[in-house]
Formats: sequence, structure tokens, C-alpha cells
Amino acid sequence: MAEFLMNTVGLPTWLAWSVTAGVAAFLILNVIAGGALVFIWAERKIAARIQDRLGPTRTGGRFGWLQSLADGIKLLAKEDLMPDGADTLLFRLAPYVSFCASFCAFIAMPFAFDVVGQRLNVGVFFVIAVLGLEVFGVILAGYASASKWSLFGAMREAAQVVSYEVPLGMCVVVPVMLAGSMDLVTIGEKQAGWLTNWYLFHDPFTFVIFWVYFTCAVASVNRAPFDLAEAESELVAGFHTEYSGLRWSFFFMAEYGSMFLVSGLAAVLFLGGWNGPIPIAELAGWSDGSAVTAPYAVRLLGCANLLAKATVGVLLMMWIRWTLPRLRIDQVMTTCLKYCTPIAAAMFAGVMLWQLFLPGGLLPGGRRTAIAVREGWLEQAVEKPEDSSAVSTDAGSSVSQQLAGVAER
Amino acid sequence: MSQVIEEDQRIIEFDVRTDEMLVNMGPQHPSTHGVLRLVLRTDGEIVSELEPHIGYLHRCAEKIGENLTARQWIPYTDRMDYLAAMNMNLGWSLAVEKLMQYEVSEKARHLRVLIAELGRIASHLVGMGAYGLDLGTFSPFLYAFREREKILDLFEEACGARLTYSYITVGGLTADLPPGWLQRCEAFLEQFEPIIREYHTLLTTNAIFVKRTAGIGVLSPEMAVDYGCTGPVLRGSGVDIDMRRDGESIYTAMYDGYAFEVAVMKDGHYPRDHEYPAVPVDAVLGDCWHRFFVRMLEVVQSMDLVRQAIDRYSRCKGPLGEPLKLAEKLPAGDAYLETECPKGQMGFYLVGDGSAIPWRVRARSSSFSNLAVAPELCRGCLIADVPAVVGSLDIVMGEIDR
Repeated sequence: MAEFLMNTVGLPTWLAWSVTAGVAAFLILNVIAGGALVFIWAERKIAARIQDRLGPTRTGGRFGWLQSLADGIKLLAKEDLMPDGADTLLFRLAPYVSFCASFCAFIAMPFAFDVVGQRLNVGVFFVIAVLGLEVFGVILAGYASASKWSLFGAMREAAQVVSYEVPLGMCVVVPVMLAGSMDLVTIGEKQAGWLTNWYLFHDPFTFVIFWVYFTCAVASVNRAPFDLAEAESELVAGFHTEYSGLRWSFFFMAEYGSMFLVSGLAAVLFLGGWNGPIPIAELAGWSDGSAVTAPYAVRLLGCANLLAKATVGVLLMMWIRWTLPRLRIDQVMTTCLKYCTPIAAAMFAGVMLWQLFLPGGLLPGGRRTAIAVREGWLEQAVEKPEDSSAVSTDAGSSVSQQLAGVAER
Repeated sequence: MSQVIEEDQRIIEFDVRTDEMLVNMGPQHPSTHGVLRLVLRTDGEIVSELEPHIGYLHRCAEKIGENLTARQWIPYTDRMDYLAAMNMNLGWSLAVEKLMQYEVSEKARHLRVLIAELGRIASHLVGMGAYGLDLGTFSPFLYAFREREKILDLFEEACGARLTYSYITVGGLTADLPPGWLQRCEAFLEQFEPIIREYHTLLTTNAIFVKRTAGIGVLSPEMAVDYGCTGPVLRGSGVDIDMRRDGESIYTAMYDGYAFEVAVMKDGHYPRDHEYPAVPVDAVLGDCWHRFFVRMLEVVQSMDLVRQAIDRYSRCKGPLGEPLKLAEKLPAGDAYLETECPKGQMGFYLVGDGSAIPWRVRARSSSFSNLAVAPELCRGCLIADVPAVVGSLDIVMGEIDR
């Protein structure tokens, strides 16, 4: 899109890039915020169904699908309260820190092949690092609220999230190792084809590590049974006890955004990303570029695939939340330090050895060979300069690239 | 107790002392079951001291009782343990009947058993659901309320009220059951039976639930007796006392001929009259898990009793009998009677002076004594254990503050 603006419309470079970035940011923000609204509605419906209730039924027709919007309007209209002793600046800042961290991470999140805000060659690292910033918002909120309950929540959050970053990082490294790249798009691409190409089914170790990843992901986004930071039966509402109205809803949006992010990340890293279980596009011959609309159809299908997988992850988290009791803080730490970390480390070593000795898998005539794996690394090394040049000259979002393509045609 | 704390791995770094913090848990706190205020002295997450402050729901019920006739006070007993108002009604009615040496008809007696045991199920359902809530799971609470609602429907049919019944009253019951009620009650029991297994899956045997409750808040039998704990709290510690079997004759006569086994761990096992899940290895007699489990067993036990009562009641010929007049004169003298309410032994004391209005009315609340043991149980536990322990005592503030 940037080229289109520069070459066809004739905008100066800086303006073209700014417009492109604005469009990309707008798209990401709205897709995710809209998604969060949908997930909030879904959570209410799912919780209701699990608990033998109906949930929202009136706002916006039979299924109450406008409920989250109505709630949002209600929250807007609410009085913005701040405790007397609160640290004004930090209290105001905290929700935005959480919100930004959660939503910024989507920049590197691919929704389909090159439908990505910004393709980064360190995409995995970026997502994990930025998501890790969310905890600052929570700690700030707990500290600035001048409430003891909030402080407890913040303390718990700090201890928990920092601990869970370790096994989470180990789990995330496994697909990186298999793909030989930290680029999320590359990782997704490597899993193209049939279901069996997904890293989940790469070898037994990756299968185990996926579940470790999911556990750690649930813990790092503070969902039950690890929702200690806001444990309502112990800490009233934890870190957001003193928040009301829109500020509170920012925390809420951040939580749902993060849930969606870690589920999407799970989909890209382990579940084939935007590649469906059956390569419909290839079988139908869409990917050979014979039809003009084919690439778009493929990408649309990819988006649908990824969103479906991420949604399944989110729904799984909701199911867990409405079924299980909450763990205690020491049990949460035990789960992390005594189980998740060693298991993740062992599985990491296992995958490494598997790659070394059984790169083709147990079946004869496996697709991957040791040479192919090495070639993968080489390929990456060779690609890198291209990548970096591509990034520097073509740094607009891939959505914009598509739009540019449409415009050119 | 001290030995347990020393061996507890959760408590580390005693030498790294930080300032203690005083935290008010309640009276507006989601997990304090009403308006209980707990003042916690905490060192980080570790609670070094817990002090319950009560009285936020005090309504001078006992003093009011000294200005009303015995039957007029029945609605006030409803508001004591409002989750098991039927049992409260029964306790007061029996105390007054004991003073008057009055005996209700056979039919009324069986109907009272039937209603009281249904009330026990309804109360334990709330206790169970709310305990799940204390531990951070919401769904069992609603599952419990779904079944409780059906009991309340039955009660509503019988007496017109869903919470404050005033159904059992001095000298009998206010009304007989409507036609078809027994069938509906049996249908309820029929569909309720398999659901108990669901509760066991969701809570009793759930790994996280066991982790949160087993070995937490261990109440030794001696301490339980010392503090005057009663009901499931006492039986959860392995003390074999149940007023329905060991109480005064006017109360035990009600249960004459009923077969039931007191839900208590004897010789290392619980009654084997039904299929129950096995006791987890981590559970220590007297911990939160056992208190919870005893309640679950009592639900099954009460179901058996309800079935027996339905059988006996339907075989009873003759009238139910009218309750006593509203201003029936009380004889001079006093009477004290403890009955086995869902939360524990609820005692009522009244002194008559020949008029219809008792000269003195006092109530002994089981929740009050059960709560008194909470500071002992919570010493050295984590903040997250406080709701777990207090919830396992299953207290009702209406009864504590009266």
C-alpha cells in the first residue's frame, strides 16, 4: 500500500508510510477489540450454558450478541472513581500499559501467509516480550491503587508471571528450533500441508510440550485456575479492585486480547498456523495462481483457519475457567517450578535429540531428512539478507501489500 | 498444631521478616458469607493472626422473643439460619413443646422429619456450592442452587414461602401437604440422586479441590470438643455425636424407628451404606476436606431419611392435628433443647412464667462456636486458605448475630 500511495497517488514517502501504518493499526486494533467483545459475549454464553443458565438473551436479538456492546456503553457512563491515597499518574497509566502490551503483540502475529501487521524476523521473541509487559500494568495498578487487596494481587501477579515466563519460553523455543526461524510466518509456512505436518504431531515430545505451553499460557494470561491476581474469593477483585468504568474495561480487554494472542500463538507454533488440517487450497489448485482471486481466497481461508484455531484455544480456556477451582499461590508456583519447567526442559532436550537422530520421523521415507533440516537453517541464513531488505523497503503491512496488489490490478 | 506448621513446606524464610500488615477481610467481602469481618494480621501471604468481628447482623432477636408469644417468635427463628429455616422452626417448636410437655400427632412427627431433612439437604447444598465459590469455582454453586430451587419449590407448595417458612410451628405444622406433593418429592429425590455423583466429580474428588482442602485447617477432635464445635464440623473431626441419635428424648423420639448411620469416620472409614468416593491420601481427619465430605454424606443420609419419612407419613392415618393457639399460655419453668441443625447443634432456651409470653428467650448458635475455632485453624496459613477454612465451617451470620 505504501508503494501504491507513493507511486500512484504521489504522496511523499513519510506520509505514505504513516498512512499505511495507520491503516494497519486501525485494522489490528479493531479486529482484536471486536474479537474481545465477541469473546466476552461468548464467555458469558458459554459460562451460562455450562452452569445451566441462558446467559444474555435480550440485548440484540435472541442470543444477546449485543450484550458486550451494551456493557461497554454502561461502563463509559460510569463514574470514574479513584481512591484518595492513589498514585494519580500510575493509577491512570496502568490500564493503558496492560492494554497496549496486549494489543501491540498482535503486530507480529500472522493471521495468514503474509497477512501480518509487520513481519518480523524475531516475531516469536517480540510477541513473548511484549506480552510480558502486560504484567507491568497489573503491578502498577496494584501498587497505585493504595489498597491492600490490590497490592496482594500485584505481588501474586509479579511472582506468577515472572515464573511462568521461563517454561513458556522453553516451550516456544521448540517450534523455533524445528523451523529454524523465529519468524512466525516462516514457522507457519513450515507446517503447510496435511495435519501430520503440524508441529503438534512432529514427535511425541512436541505433543507433550504443546500442553505444557497451553498450561503456561493460561497462567501467563491470568486465567483460571491461575487467576490469583484477581482471585475474587480471596482478594475481592485483586489488582483491579479500585478500578471502575472504562479503566476497568481496559484491563478486561487486555485480558481477552492476551487470551486470544496466546491461543493464536499456540495455533501458529504448534497447530499449523493458517494451514488447515487438509490442504484444501493446494488440492483445489488455488495456490498456483491460475485465477486472479485465488491468492485472496487462500489468504481468507488461512485467516479463517487461524481464527478458528485460536478461538478453540480461547474456548478451551473458558471451559477450564468455569469448571476448575483456583489453585493456591504456592501450588501455582509448584506447578511452574516443579512440573512445567522440568518437563519443558526435558521435552526441549527430547526434541533436540529427535531432530538430531530421527529427523525423518519413525516412518520410513519420512519427509524430513537431516540434510533437509540443515538446509532449512542454511535457507534461513541465505534468506535473511533478502528478508531484511524486504523489510526495509516493504515494511508496510501485508494487508497493505494486498491492497496495493488489488489497486495495481 | 505447631508441629504441622514447622513441617509445612509453604512457610519458608522465617528469618526474612517484613512488616506485618493488618487487613480487613469483610464485612463487604465476597467470601465471608454475609457480613463477617475478619481482621487478618499477615506477613506477606502468610496469616499470622485472624480475629473474627461479629455483630453486623444483630437484630435483638432474643429480646424480641421476650415480648412475643412462643408461636409469634417462629418467624424470627426463620431469620436465624435463613438457609435452613425449617430446622430453626423445628428447634424452637420442640423447645416450647418440651416446656409444655406437649406431644404432636404421629403424622405431624413424620412430616416434621420429612421437612427437616429436606431442609438439611437444601442447607448443605448451599454450603457445598458456596464452598466451591470460596475456592474459586463458580459452576458448582449454580448446580447446587438448581437443585435447592427444586426443594424450595416443594416448600413453597407446602407452606407458601421459599425462604422464611414458619411452617413447622409449636404444636405441629401450619398446614398439611397439598395433594400430589409426595410424588413430586419422590420424583425430586429420584432425579437428585445421580446429580450427587456430579458434585463429587466437580468438587470432592477434583484434584485441585483436594489440593486446596486436604490437610488444610486440621481441627483435632479434642480442640473441636473444647471449642464446642458441633455438627459436620465436629463429625468431620471424627467425633461421633449426632443429636438425632444422642439428643434428648423429645428430639430423638422424632427419629424413632428411622434407620440412619451417623456420617462420621469410624475405624478409619465412613459409613458404607452407599457408594462414596474414596478418601484421598492427603486428607487428614479434621481438615477442610473431611468437613466438606461429611456434609456430602449427610445429603445422601437425609435423602434416605426423607424416603423413610415419606413412607411412614403416607401410611399414617388420622388428622395432622392443629398447632397450638397463638397465645397459648406457657407453664412456669424453663426448658433447653438442642437439635441437630444442618450447621450444628442449635439450642433454644426459654423460661415461662405462666403467661403466653416467655420471660426469657435465648439461643445457642452452632455457627458461633464453629466460627470461634477459625482463629486457631487459620494461624500460619495462607490468605487463600482463609476462605477455604472459614467456608468449610459453613457459618451463617444470621445465626451468629441473631
